[in-house]
Amino acid sequence: MAGSSSCIKEVRQDGSAAVVSLTGEIDLHHTPEVHKTLVAVCDRKPTRLVVDLAEVTYIDSSGIGTLVEVFRRVNGYQGKLVLCGLNERVRGVFEITKLDRFFKICNTQAEALAA
Amino acid sequence: MSQTGPGCIERLARLHFTSETANMARVRPVVEEAARRVGFSEAETVNVALAIDEAIANVIRHGYEGQPGQPIEVTLERIERSGRPGLQVIICDCARQVDPEHIVGRPLDDVRPGGLGTHIMRTVMDEVEYTRRQPEGMQLRLLKIVTITASSGDG
Repeated sequence: MAGSSSCIKEVRQDGSAAVVSLTGEIDLHHTPEVHKTLVAVCDRKPTRLVVDLAEVTYIDSSGIGTLVEVFRRVNGYQGKLVLCGLNERVRGVFEITKLDRFFKICNTQAEALAA
Repeated sequence: MSQTGPGCIERLARLHFTSETANMARVRPVVEEAARRVGFSEAETVNVALAIDEAIANVIRHGYEGQPGQPIEVTLERIERSGRPGLQVIICDCARQVDPEHIVGRPLDDVRPGGLGTHIMRTVMDEVEYTRRQPEGMQLRLLKIVTITASSGDG
């Protein structure tokens, strides 16, 4: 069945920051796994959480909603959430929902770690 | 298959599947292919696929409350409106019925998880119409007409 592979490519620590790299199609099927992973990382309260979407080919409102919830969690302990690597299709979903103005979005992981 | 002309409807695809979320990934490429055949640009095609994906997600999540194994039927049709081609998508389910007037998106300045799918559908598509089916379930009809641009040779 299509869509059964993991969307979590990598979770790593970079100093006081955490970097979560996602891959594939973030839809209603994969959102629970992404949500679980990001919440577990949030619980460690990294000063900065970078979510790298460079290998994400698709995201729907359930994926965007998860990122909104994670933003609130990170903001709640005065951390910083930064997204990076959005391709045109993924960026388009943020624009339709007008959340491109809500999130801090960088082009690359290096920029996100320095922003 | 009928020829497309004024008032004509050409069926492009009909899909029957069940409410497992894994099935959504199989529907998206079919919707994209239909949108390209109708004549949408690549940017419009991905947005139409997103809108239909959101509609199906709403059926699974809210209509069937996440219960797997429930039937969903998606029909994709090419239509014409005032000489312009369009894609009509009809989604039928056997889920609990709701008052169509109660299906609304939320204001986008209220930033919180959830409620974005309906907004996406209404932003992307030209028409979004919910009706109750008899004796059970809901039908959602979504329509988008191809945007005519100066470079597309209109006029």
